[in-house]
Amino acid sequence: MKPKVAFFDFTCCEGCQLDTLNIEGQDLVDLVAAIDIVEFREIHTGKAEHYDIAFVEGSITTESGIERVKDIRARSDMLIALGACAHIGGINCLKNHLEMDEALEIVYGEDAKYYDTIPARPVSAVVPVDFAVPGCPINTAELLRIIKDILLGKTPELPNYPVCVECKMAGNVCVFEQGKTCLGPVIRGGCNAICVSAGRQCWGCRGLVDDPNINSQMDVLKKYGLTVDQVIEKFKIYNTYSEVAK
Amino acid sequence: MSSLNINVHHVTRVEGHGNILVNATDGKLEEVRWEVPESPRLFEAMFRGRHYSDVQHIASRICGICSIAHSTASLHASEAALGVGVSSQTRLIRKLLFNAEVLESHVLHACCLAAPDFLGAPSVLPLVDTHKDVVVKVMSLKRLAYKLAEVLAGRKTHPISCIVGGFSMLPDLEKLEMIRDAMIDSLADYEEIVGLFKSLAGAIPSFDRETEYIALKDPNEYAFISGDIASSDAGIVPIDEYLSVTNEFCVPHSTAKYTKNKRDAYQVGALARFNLNHEQLLPKAKDAAVELGLKAPCHNPYMITIAQVVEAVHATEDSINLINTLLETGVAEEPEITEITAGRGVGAVEAPRGILFHEYTYGAEGILEKANCVIPTNQNHNNIQKDMEALVPTMLDRSEDDIRFALEMLVRAYDPCISCSTHMLQVRFNRAAS
Repeated sequence: MKPKVAFFDFTCCEGCQLDTLNIEGQDLVDLVAAIDIVEFREIHTGKAEHYDIAFVEGSITTESGIERVKDIRARSDMLIALGACAHIGGINCLKNHLEMDEALEIVYGEDAKYYDTIPARPVSAVVPVDFAVPGCPINTAELLRIIKDILLGKTPELPNYPVCVECKMAGNVCVFEQGKTCLGPVIRGGCNAICVSAGRQCWGCRGLVDDPNINSQMDVLKKYGLTVDQVIEKFKIYNTYSEVAK
Repeated sequence: MSSLNINVHHVTRVEGHGNILVNATDGKLEEVRWEVPESPRLFEAMFRGRHYSDVQHIASRICGICSIAHSTASLHASEAALGVGVSSQTRLIRKLLFNAEVLESHVLHACCLAAPDFLGAPSVLPLVDTHKDVVVKVMSLKRLAYKLAEVLAGRKTHPISCIVGGFSMLPDLEKLEMIRDAMIDSLADYEEIVGLFKSLAGAIPSFDRETEYIALKDPNEYAFISGDIASSDAGIVPIDEYLSVTNEFCVPHSTAKYTKNKRDAYQVGALARFNLNHEQLLPKAKDAAVELGLKAPCHNPYMITIAQVVEAVHATEDSINLINTLLETGVAEEPEITEITAGRGVGAVEAPRGILFHEYTYGAEGILEKANCVIPTNQNHNNIQKDMEALVPTMLDRSEDDIRFALEMLVRAYDPCISCSTHMLQVRFNRAAS
C-alpha cells in the first residue's frame, strides 16, 4: 500500500509547502504516483485520521498550536519538520526578544487584548521530531532525496559540514574579505552557499552543524576586526531559539 | 423549514487559515461571518532595531508566495526613508523580477487552486491523472517563472540579491535570452489555458456586487511597482497618504486587521487592477480578456481568477519586452550605496493579490525604529464579508453543500494569502431544526 502523507502548516509564510510543489515536473508526477497525499490544506480538500508521514511546517506560537501539533504527532508514524521555522524556530523567534504584550501592542495597539500569542518555538520543543528538512526556504532537491530515502526504508542524512565547504567549491570570494559578517563557518551546509553566490552572506537558516567550531569562528572574527555581538545579532535572525544565542 | 448551520474550519486551497460561519433560522439569515484566526506573527515588532541591510530579508519571510512583492515594497520603503535613489537598470530588473512572481502566483492560483472548483475536483492532484497534459504544461509555466527569478535574484521564494539601492548580483544575459525564447514559446501554452478557462465559463457563478476598486495607477504602464493609489470612487491619492485610504480597524473574530475607504468595504487585486487600468494591458492580454468575456467594469468577484489569467498573458509579453531591452543595453555593475539619511518612507506595489504597503521610519545609522505593513488580503476581508452578506440570502433555498461550495469558491477567488495577512478559513453552518 502507498504511504499516507500529509502536510500541515503552523505559523510561517508557507513558502516551503509552495516550493514542495515546485519539484521538477516528472519528479513531481512520479512522487504523486508513489505516495498517497491525504492532507495538504493549501492545495487539496480532504482529511484523514492516520498518517505514515506527516510534514509539519512553521513554528509553534499559540497555545492552540501546541494542542494541534500533539494531536498530529499522536496520529503519525513519522513526523518531519519542514523548513527553518519548524526545524529551529526560525525568523518567528525574533519576536521572543520582546515581551509578548509589548509585541502585540506594537502591532495591534489597544486591540492587543484580542490576540493569543506565546514565544515562538520549533516543533521539537513541543513533540518528538523524527527528522528535519532545513532551510528558509527548503532546498527541493534535498527534500526529494529525503523522501526517496524514507520510501526506500533508509535513514536520511544531512550534510554535517559548514556552508564554507560548498562556498569554496562554488568559487566565491569570502564574505569576510569583503568586510562583512557571515555565519557560513558554523552553519550546516547543503544549500550550495546559494546566498553568498548571489552576492550576500550566510544568514544561518539551516541551523548549526552538529559540532560547530566556535573557536575557529572567534579566530576569523578577530582576524577581520569583528565582534561577537555583531555576529550574534545576525545569528539571532534564524537561531534565537538556539542555546548559543541565549 | 429547518435552519441552516454551516461551519467550514480552515478553508482549503488558500494560503493561510480562514473560517466561514453561516447561521440561518426558518429561511432567514441571522449571521454570516468571515473569520481569520491565523496566529499573529508580529512582523512590525520584529523589524524594530534591525539595520536596513536586514530588513528586506525579514520582510520577504512575511509570505512565501509573494516574497518578491514584500521584498520590493520593503526596498521601496527603505529607499524612500533613507534617501536612496536607484538606476533605470535596477528599476527594469525589479519589474522583470516582479513579473516572475505575478506569473508563478497567478498560474498557481488560477490553474492549481481555483480550476479544480470548476472541474469538480478536490485539488490539482487527481487532475494529474485526468488532465495530465495541461497539468504538466502548468507545472512548466511555474518552473519557467521560477527560473526567471533564479537568474535575476538567485531564488524565487525569498529572493536573495535584491538589496537597498539595487542588486548584489547581475543577471547572466545568456540565460535570460534562453528564458526569453521559452517565454515566447509559452504564449502558445497561455492560449491553451485561455481556451480551457473559456470552456469552463459556465462553472463561474454569476454574482455581481459593485464595490470600490483600489489599485496603483501609473500613466506610463499597467502598474505593478510604480504609480499612485487610484480608487474607482475617489480618484488619485499619493502613496505617502495610504493611511487615508486603508483606515484599518480590528475585529474580535479575526487576527487580521480590516479596512474601508469610501464605502463599507473595498476590493484590491487582479480585478481591481483590470477595472482601473485595462486600457494599458499589452495587446495579447487585451485579446485574452475579449476571448474570456472580461469587460471593465466587472463587478463579479468570481472573475478575479479570470483577470489573473489575463494578467499572466500581460506579464509574459511585458517580460519578453523587458528582456529584449536588457539584451540590447547590457547590464553594468553599480556601486553599493554609501550615504543614507534618517526619515520616513512608504513603498507600495501591486502584489499578485492586490495593493501592498510597507512604511518604515529609520533613525541615525540606518536602524529601523517603526514599521507598518498593510497587506492586500486584509484589505479584501471586509469586502469578502460584504459579498457573503449579499450572496447567502440569494441561496437560502439551496443545499448546505451548494452554499458551502459557493462560499469557499468565493473566498478562493480572492486568492487570499492569509499567512501574509499574518493572519484566515473554516465554513461553520449552524442549521438548527425549527
